[in-house]
Amino acid sequence: MKKSPRTLKRSTGKLAAVLGVSALVLTACGAAPDSGGDDSAASSHPGAADYTGCIVSDSGGFDDRSFNQSSYEGLMKAKKDLGIKTKQAESKAKTDFEPNLNSMVKGGCNLTITVGFLLADATKDLAEKTEDAHFAIIDDDSIDLPNVKPIIYDTAQAAFLAGYLAAGTSETGKVATYGGINIPTVTIFMDGFDEGVQYYNEKNDEKVKVLGWNADKQNGTFTGDFENQGKGKTTTTNFINEGADIIMPVAGPVGLGTIDAVKDANSNGKDAKVVWVDSDGYESLPSGQEFVLTSVMKLMGEAVENVITEDLDDEFDNTPYVGTLENKGVDLAPFHDFDSDVSDDMKSQLDDIKADIISGDIKVESPSSPKK
Amino acid sequence: MNDPVDGPGPGPVAPDSETPAGEPGSIPGGADAGNSPAQLAEASGPDPQASLMTRITTGNGMVSVLAILLSLIVGAILIAATDERVTEASSYFFARPMDLLGAVWTSVSEAYVALFRSSIFNTQADGFANAIYPLTETLTDATPLILAGLGVALAFRASLFNIGGQGQIIVGALLAGWVGFTLDLPAGIHLILAMVAGIIGGALWGGIAGVLKARRGAHEVIVTIMLNYIALYFLLYLLTTPGFQRPGSNNPISPNIDSSAAYPLIFGSGFRLHYGFVVALAAVAFVWWLLNRSTTGFELRAVGANPLAARTAGINVSKAYITAMVVAGALAGLAGTAQISGTERALSSDIAASFGFDAITVALLGRSKPMGTLFAGLLFGALRAGGVGMQSNTGIPIDIVLVVQSFIVLFIAAPPLVQAIFRINTGKKKSKTTTARTAGTGGAA
Repeated sequence: MKKSPRTLKRSTGKLAAVLGVSALVLTACGAAPDSGGDDSAASSHPGAADYTGCIVSDSGGFDDRSFNQSSYEGLMKAKKDLGIKTKQAESKAKTDFEPNLNSMVKGGCNLTITVGFLLADATKDLAEKTEDAHFAIIDDDSIDLPNVKPIIYDTAQAAFLAGYLAAGTSETGKVATYGGINIPTVTIFMDGFDEGVQYYNEKNDEKVKVLGWNADKQNGTFTGDFENQGKGKTTTTNFINEGADIIMPVAGPVGLGTIDAVKDANSNGKDAKVVWVDSDGYESLPSGQEFVLTSVMKLMGEAVENVITEDLDDEFDNTPYVGTLENKGVDLAPFHDFDSDVSDDMKSQLDDIKADIISGDIKVESPSSPKK
Repeated sequence: MNDPVDGPGPGPVAPDSETPAGEPGSIPGGADAGNSPAQLAEASGPDPQASLMTRITTGNGMVSVLAILLSLIVGAILIAATDERVTEASSYFFARPMDLLGAVWTSVSEAYVALFRSSIFNTQADGFANAIYPLTETLTDATPLILAGLGVALAFRASLFNIGGQGQIIVGALLAGWVGFTLDLPAGIHLILAMVAGIIGGALWGGIAGVLKARRGAHEVIVTIMLNYIALYFLLYLLTTPGFQRPGSNNPISPNIDSSAAYPLIFGSGFRLHYGFVVALAAVAFVWWLLNRSTTGFELRAVGANPLAARTAGINVSKAYITAMVVAGALAGLAGTAQISGTERALSSDIAASFGFDAITVALLGRSKPMGTLFAGLLFGALRAGGVGMQSNTGIPIDIVLVVQSFIVLFIAAPPLVQAIFRINTGKKKSKTTTARTAGTGGAA
């Protein structure tokens, strides 16, 4: 007798269920751990066990592969290294900022890190009301209060290096960049990148073009948000069709669309590369590392951990922390797979430029750079 | 959904009822027996589509309560499943089974206790003010939800699916905000003008959809969704222009509104609760009056029940559609004002958060009735406020709260599922509802 499709289906279903249950049972057979035994790491910082470090994200959430995530990882690292307690609150929209912050301060946070300029109003209000709580705000330096430490970055410096490298590496003579939304923390990357390309043209008498950003008009290509990867893919495909072979997406997770587009294009005979931003894409990306020429890194984790350590040691101050090439707050990532493709000459030129930027001989000026 | 072109269904029997439709007037109209024309429509046999829509939007309250309960259970399962302690204890379930149950109990109870403590009453706080702080947070968060929810509910009653709450809130907030930070007026007048601007903005945005529906038959779902995008990108554009930015900054955030254009705080600066909440309560009363006591409301409900019958009865269907969308938009505009003049004080790209969409859930849960919307808004406000404390005190991701909210919608949209789970005797129930419906007929006629 032939089994009807339905019975067949049902028996496979049963089989799956049996398998599933046995898998559960098997995994549940482990031995119980010994109770007791507190293995909390001894901390070199007295009072760490009573110290609570907190973080409130902006609407990107802690998994945005961008500044929320880096800052969160900094806090988690501080938790591990210093033995402090932590609390975190993700905001879904601006309207969540105030309640989230209130809840942190009411929950006894010693230092609260707020991520992004959108949180500035809420941070300022609360910092004025609760003078004994400390705050650190990332990417904003509008607040001048004794208990608020701004953490900002002169990202244009590192992006300048990336622009120079891209211009020198491009074979088509066209490079491209696009952003998520036209806001200073995004356009500062694009400004630096553009300036680096122009500097390369000037020094080498070349005419490498930048698509997607007009530094004079402060306008260019934006996908409109930090979520829609499809738009990142379309935008990148358009750039590649226009002849660009190096693309720098400044749009958090939207940049994953660029990786997709480059993968497609390269399997069709193109040779496109990506400059990742915020973190070292070679390490943080789930796939497509082979397309990452380099990354413009904004090392927020380190800054966060430093601020917490300082606060724990009673050395909190409100002087803004400005990440630069000099203090390694921003940097160009290693070339990884492309290391052999980047000539030694180019590497030494980049080193020289970096030294010149640090010494002030080359001035990278973006309207979005931190005001001195 | 009832389109003007759709005729009533072929048979006189509602598709889901085994008993014949009750004879109108056979049972005297009960005072409490919901005079919703939607129910009237079911009794008189509309097409199956309309019946589904009206069943989902105006079904019975028990399903709402059970949907909330089920969603909380699903939430508890997710909380337990994602908790590391539970995962750990489950690995040695057979060695020490009580550990797993203990871990599940701890993680779920911690979460829901934290949810309660940060939304209703904080039992651990020192002092009464701190203890009721969570409740005031709930009321604050509920304010825009109630107002926008009323807008969606009102449109539902006219059988219009208003997805445009988001856009209406944005335009309302945009105009109110502009009035708030550019004009310089004495306190009182400034706030009233900001409210009026918010109402006009929302009404305009809702009205566009209403006019297109009434005059050209353009489907309101499509139109309102598109208007959401237009409003959002218009706002994003404005925020890149100097007129909508703070002096000396090119961040996309507007200047703060003057304090004269802000809703005063009800309990002083320690609490966020503002008089926008009182406006929301007034709006509930207004919508109740509009729907149940005014001629306009009667026309809206009649059109919602059956546009063709309403037209035959001499009701101007086009006018009813426009009115419904204008008033719905105005209510959403007030929600925008509650945001800008109440809590946010400055325009930014996500001034509307997700209130326009949450409002749909609120209206569904409230069964498109003003009081129901009020309570649904309060519940969602409590979930929002409680979610904050839940994630900061127990580390459970805020997404769990969103999942609970989403499951509420799912269960409401699928009443048979809830009935099956709780084994509600549908046959018995039917005859009861039919009685209620018949009674409803008497009440509305």
